[in-house]
Amino acid sequence: MPEKKHPNKVAVTSAVPTSEKPHVVTGGKPGDIGGLVSVKIDDIELKVPFGTTILEAAKTAGIRIPTLCYHEDLCLAGVCRICVVEVAKQRTLQTSCTFPITEPITVTTTSQRVRQARRHVLDLLLAKHYGECYSCFRNNNCELQALAKEYGVDFFRFGHVEKPKYEVDRSSYSVVRDMNKCVLCRRCVRTCIDLQSVGVLTAAQRSDRTRIETFLDRPLADVICINCGQCINRCPTGALRAKDPSDEIWAAIDDPKKHVVMQTAPSPRAAIGEEFGLEPGTSVTQEMNTAIRRAGFDMVFDTNTTADLTILEEGTELLHRLYKALVQGEKGILPQFTSCSPGWVKFIEHFYPEFLPCLSTCKSPQQMFGALIKTYYAQKQGIDPADIVSVSLMPCSAKKFEANRPEMHASGYKDVDYGLTTREMAQMIKEAGIDLTRLPKSHFDLPFGDASGAGLIFGATGGVMEAAIRTVVEVVTGLKAEQVFSDANVIPVRGFEGIKYMEIAIPQLGPVPALFNSLIKKGKLGATWDWLKGATLKIAVAHGTANARKLMDDIKAGGKFSQCHFIEVMACPGGCLGGGGQPIPTSPSIRAARAKAIYGEDMGLALRKSHENPHVIKLYEEFLTDGPCGEQSHKYLHTHYTPRGDYLV
Amino acid sequence: MANVVHIMERYEPGSGLKKALSQSRQDVIRTVRESGIKGRGGAGFPTAVKWNLCAVVQSEKKFIVCNADEGEPGTFKDRLLLAERTDALFDGITIGGYAIGAKLGIIYLRAEYTYMRPGLEAKLAERRTSGLLGTSILGSGCNFDIEVRMGAGAYVCGEETALIQSLEGNRGEPRNRPPYPVNTGLVGAPTSVNNVETLIACAHILAKGPEWFRKFGTEASTGTKLLSISGDCKKPGVYEVPWGISLADVIDLCGGEGAKAVQVGGASGRTVPAAQFRRKLGFEDLATGGSIIIIGPERDLLDVAENFLDFFVEESCGQCTPCREGNPKLLEGVQLLKHGKCSIGYLRELQGLGRTMQAASKCGLGQSSANAFLDITEHFRSEILGRVSERGQGSGAREQGRAS
Repeated sequence: MPEKKHPNKVAVTSAVPTSEKPHVVTGGKPGDIGGLVSVKIDDIELKVPFGTTILEAAKTAGIRIPTLCYHEDLCLAGVCRICVVEVAKQRTLQTSCTFPITEPITVTTTSQRVRQARRHVLDLLLAKHYGECYSCFRNNNCELQALAKEYGVDFFRFGHVEKPKYEVDRSSYSVVRDMNKCVLCRRCVRTCIDLQSVGVLTAAQRSDRTRIETFLDRPLADVICINCGQCINRCPTGALRAKDPSDEIWAAIDDPKKHVVMQTAPSPRAAIGEEFGLEPGTSVTQEMNTAIRRAGFDMVFDTNTTADLTILEEGTELLHRLYKALVQGEKGILPQFTSCSPGWVKFIEHFYPEFLPCLSTCKSPQQMFGALIKTYYAQKQGIDPADIVSVSLMPCSAKKFEANRPEMHASGYKDVDYGLTTREMAQMIKEAGIDLTRLPKSHFDLPFGDASGAGLIFGATGGVMEAAIRTVVEVVTGLKAEQVFSDANVIPVRGFEGIKYMEIAIPQLGPVPALFNSLIKKGKLGATWDWLKGATLKIAVAHGTANARKLMDDIKAGGKFSQCHFIEVMACPGGCLGGGGQPIPTSPSIRAARAKAIYGEDMGLALRKSHENPHVIKLYEEFLTDGPCGEQSHKYLHTHYTPRGDYLV
Repeated sequence: MANVVHIMERYEPGSGLKKALSQSRQDVIRTVRESGIKGRGGAGFPTAVKWNLCAVVQSEKKFIVCNADEGEPGTFKDRLLLAERTDALFDGITIGGYAIGAKLGIIYLRAEYTYMRPGLEAKLAERRTSGLLGTSILGSGCNFDIEVRMGAGAYVCGEETALIQSLEGNRGEPRNRPPYPVNTGLVGAPTSVNNVETLIACAHILAKGPEWFRKFGTEASTGTKLLSISGDCKKPGVYEVPWGISLADVIDLCGGEGAKAVQVGGASGRTVPAAQFRRKLGFEDLATGGSIIIIGPERDLLDVAENFLDFFVEESCGQCTPCREGNPKLLEGVQLLKHGKCSIGYLRELQGLGRTMQAASKCGLGQSSANAFLDITEHFRSEILGRVSERGQGSGAREQGRAS
């Protein structure tokens, strides 16, 4: 394509993965070639599957080897060299994270040479690392700091940086980069390229001038970052963080004229306990409500309410699109993609703008909420919307960007004033002197409390899809979701497989609910479901934008997924529960524990389907009077997108 | 000059290749194995073993890469070979390609040798018309071609995995090993990376037989070696010598009398003091890729160390901690030593750091960049300590550094 002249042309770096893949031995996969290999680590003899790394083997033997550049979610780098060990017959020390055991070997994880090397690596990193631990948001949760303690660092052997060298990049609404604290482990680079297939970060320069840069070292706001914040979750130090609005929020709380309302997304409640020392997967929804109130917020609402609303809007939109495509023969509007994940929305705007007509026009639950708070809620309570400060507690850094999108002013005001991450909320709670773990429970405030379990599972990959299926199946078939799926649990869309696929044959057709009357009147839906007779709904779910890219490329190539009707994409691995605003660290097992908490809470609720949420029904009676996808809802709950491509726009 | 030989001079174009193509692949590798030749790039890995590891892997795609990224300071013998021994080189690449089962050979030419590219390309075109390259070479049914690809000036791209990264269009950074290139190399395919001189020697070995080759050199270091001799001597240049020659003889050869040290193997090699000039070149003792730098009696060895470290600081790829951060610390240390401001305690600390860099760096660059510093501070300790401040004011490091 010829280079277009454009003042806002932005940096596009290659999204081709350049970091190394795990070891592949020709002719054998782990588990092949006789299956097990024996290895001796510090006098412990064990047998491990062929190709297991020394690090993994040591873990199973209960031997700790320190790591820094290694991360469970990422491909191997072997660059920090902190995990070196002695391998018999090898002249040099070997990095245990990269060394595959393919033949019997003897490993020594602690020796004078190993200890000295590790200490030197640490000393060298500390010599370049600027900043004092007590003024760092990662204080007590920093891998470099922890290693310094573990290795008894009590002086700077090779000196220390006295002054910052790099300007802190605060250009982005979502991510702040302070390269003075960077230890060049390249986890962010690998996250951005391999996990997210975005590729805005790369190692640039060489020698001791090496640093992590964006393309041409442009500010983060000027490159095609999708704001997912996955790099933050994997940074071992404080070099990356989310942009923290808590000072502004405190100011609003302290201002008696302001009515400060909080909406809380489903994922933070399943993770915020981790910030207070609780095990991952400990759900603290109602304690958190109390804490937020005690911190000074006037109201605590449940974003799940607008998640339920999203299902009604997006589900209706899907039926409408299906009607247009199947009955009226319109092309290019399927599959419908979900639009709840702002990271994904920016991803598709940049990389697949030609598919924007397929992206649901529904705002995310956060923004639907924002629009309602300063209109419906303000009217109901008789509060001037100008005095309302609307804050959202989100597991997400991209929500900060989303709240700042210029189109998000449906109420006439900025619909959501501040997006707050789980980490930042925890910090505010701590700052207010509150111990979350010892608080009494309390409910959400009305009229936006008591949402359904369907809204709750929005926090996990597959959750939006499952919630939609529960509703759409009931609306179309007239059956109960429980009659189609055991306990209304749609198991095939759950779990952490990169791309999930499911076909749902529609067993029977029920009557068209009265809710759709105005759409039928306008000719947007038929008066019966007869046109869906014998249809099979094909759906797919992807999480992590690298998987999204695979999916989109398949659709472009006319593959299996191009036949889908509805596709859910969440930008973050694991879905929102693995979001860029969630507690650090993250790992597959931590995310699994959070998912378990979310699904467990859903099972315990009486209300588990979005269309049964009484507050949502009331909303359609009182405010959105022409029903889902009607004019009122279009004004407040739907949006449009920008085909950005390589441009910032 | 008794020590100078010229066995790699006369070569009938195509002679080694013809012999190779008339044999099975295994026989070619056996011939190379019997010659005992080890890699001429410096590491000394047996060529036949490398080819065999590549040959036994089942793969649609395989590559042989000629490492012509001659970047070691003080080496220039490949430049001469590339200019004047092209026939033998192309034969050698083709023989290697045949032996391992590759269809494509790539010459990775150092950026500074760009001027040679047209000559090499012309020669390759000539070979294609004369049937020495292309489909069914010399009617044997073996298909093979050679491409020239350019480096971009990074020293580290002489390291084989960084070279492969560079060929793939990536940042030139060494990869983790294992897996080794013979297994997972260029675009994941088995790849044999061989030095220019190795490939030329292999062409000669095929043409003249392994016994002929073994007549030169020693038991463990067969054949001859091209040396690039430079520095404080009267007759710098490229010399072909049999392995096993002593440093004293090398000094005689080039007129470097009175040298106080010889840098064997370039900046990444060893600094050998005069007291050890009876040591011999060979894989048994002083292995070298060919760079010999004579350090005359007037030289300040701290200048030498500073020069080398300056080079490594610049050329570190910046990937792994010991090399990226360690080299600047050693350089800083040498500068402190020069100004008499490095305490003995801190010097000891830096020597320890140097050993860590040797043991824990990711690739050969970091593993060898501290060599000269360690050798100089060990062998010329008194010369250096003469300048250490008696009060032991270091660079802020504690005199009684924690022994870890």
